[in-house]
Amino acid sequence: YIFLFFQEKMLDSAFNIDFGYLEGICRGFKNGILKQTDYLNLVQCETLDDLKLHLQSTDYGNFLANEASPLQVSVIDDKLREKLVAEFQHVRNHAVEPLTLFLDYITYGYMIDNIVLLITGALHQRPISELMPKCHPLGTFEQIEAINVASTSVELYNAVLVDTPLAEFFGECISEQDLDELNIEIIRNTLYKAYLESFYNYCQSLGGATADVMCEILAFEADRRAFIITLNSFGTELSKEDRSKLYPTCGKLYPDGLAALARADDPENVKQVAEFYAEYRALFEGAGNNPGDKTLEDKFFEHEVKLNVNAFLQQFHYGVFYAYLKLKEQECRNIVWISECIAQKHRAKIDNYIPIL
Amino acid sequence: YIYISFLSDKFRFLLKMGSRIKSYLYYGLMLYIVVLAAITLGYIITGQVQRLDFGWLLTEISSLLLGLYRNRFGSFSISCWSCTNFNFSGIYTTGVSIIGGGVRAPRIKTKNLISVIFCEAVAIYGLIIAIILGGILDEYPINTRMDSRVYEQNLMSGYFMFGCGVTVGLTNLFCGLAVGIVGSSAALADAANASLFVRILIVEIFGSAIGLFGLIVGILEISKAKMGEQF
Repeated sequence: YIFLFFQEKMLDSAFNIDFGYLEGICRGFKNGILKQTDYLNLVQCETLDDLKLHLQSTDYGNFLANEASPLQVSVIDDKLREKLVAEFQHVRNHAVEPLTLFLDYITYGYMIDNIVLLITGALHQRPISELMPKCHPLGTFEQIEAINVASTSVELYNAVLVDTPLAEFFGECISEQDLDELNIEIIRNTLYKAYLESFYNYCQSLGGATADVMCEILAFEADRRAFIITLNSFGTELSKEDRSKLYPTCGKLYPDGLAALARADDPENVKQVAEFYAEYRALFEGAGNNPGDKTLEDKFFEHEVKLNVNAFLQQFHYGVFYAYLKLKEQECRNIVWISECIAQKHRAKIDNYIPIL
Repeated sequence: YIYISFLSDKFRFLLKMGSRIKSYLYYGLMLYIVVLAAITLGYIITGQVQRLDFGWLLTEISSLLLGLYRNRFGSFSISCWSCTNFNFSGIYTTGVSIIGGGVRAPRIKTKNLISVIFCEAVAIYGLIIAIILGGILDEYPINTRMDSRVYEQNLMSGYFMFGCGVTVGLTNLFCGLAVGIVGSSAALADAANASLFVRILIVEIFGSAIGLFGLIVGILEISKAKMGEQF
């Protein structure tokens, strides 16, 4: 009996009591992710129906079986996402603490995206019924439709968000100003920064292999956001102080890199900041905007995929669930990219998907 | 003051531990510690602290095992209980991974039961030692005409039995745990790539061998033990 107590504290096998089955399922799902040979088959398809036929022989099976004959890319996208959500929900339903909190943290990111989507739609006077199907299913919460009624962020907070788990991420970004385009983006990035730092601290508190794997992935996510925010803010009205408030501090760039990024004036400066960090230097070096080069976004995606695949090298930690979700999403993006190229008959860049395994 | 601050640090550590581990384990451990503390306090108050004596335990082990106090249960429980203790952990670790991996790769179900059998084999070593020790145990009446050599031999046998039980028990305890973890990894690797199973099985066999070494050492220890009235 005392041994079981020590076992739980120190040893990996106690992980299997609650989560062994879920990890087994998650790894089973991961083994079904499309391989390079599958992508080569898909790239050679001439029509979307061919694509559907090829997908039937993979893990996806007949998921498109009931769709009307002229297939559209948006339908494929929805169905892919539906499958992913079903798998995630299955794992979430079987989970116990602390895995439930971990999986919930993953969904907060999608909640933030949904909220911003709904607010932007409301700004452009779109009806709520048109916007709801566009929301990501993993990020729904009760009363999500009530976001429509808010016109300032204080109202938004008090009416809807105070009851959701996102309440603690709001912090200082509540103000009396009306919600408009720039404010929305600032709110999105502030929320996401708070969320990322909270998630990072939670993973650190879990300790062990989970902390090793997840903190690496989340640090890259934070740094990636810092770079993207900087690059996108050149030529906009975002001041440097405002920009530096949006950088998440849980990455490798904190504190010196973030301070240097806050002072950057053009993409060359950003690249110079990346020179100090070995992994990021490699990412910036290969990137460019010429045809035939990979874009920076693509290099970031590749690095993220590499980190997520490495998560599966260790056993007995929660990182496999996060990594599987991200890899599956990347696969969805790949399939949608290939479908778009096929549907528009513009096959020049069809090989620009990110290979996963 | 230093003593009190030391105690309060311990309490804070225990409270922090409490949030990490399952509640039933935590409360059980707290109960156990409270009972021990109560006994210690009782001894302190009634002036019998000298009873908390590890040396007493060591010297009395042999008498307990000899049956001088008609008490025959000593080392069996240690060896069998320790042996089986973490073997159950090994079995559940492996079994759960087989089930999880078997959802998407049903072919692994039957082949990976070998890992469970390895865990079980380690537990059987405890049974073997229990039978051997049971065979050695013999009556020894205390009377004034006893030969000192016979008495010494019986005393020594008692210590042999205790040592054998502890050796086999603890070795197989950790061995079972190791085999369980490796078995779980073997199941998940087999689900991914069928050629990996036999290679990881080799690692598991080496883990099992450790338990076997424990068994052999135990049998070597017990080979000289002889109880009873004859010399």
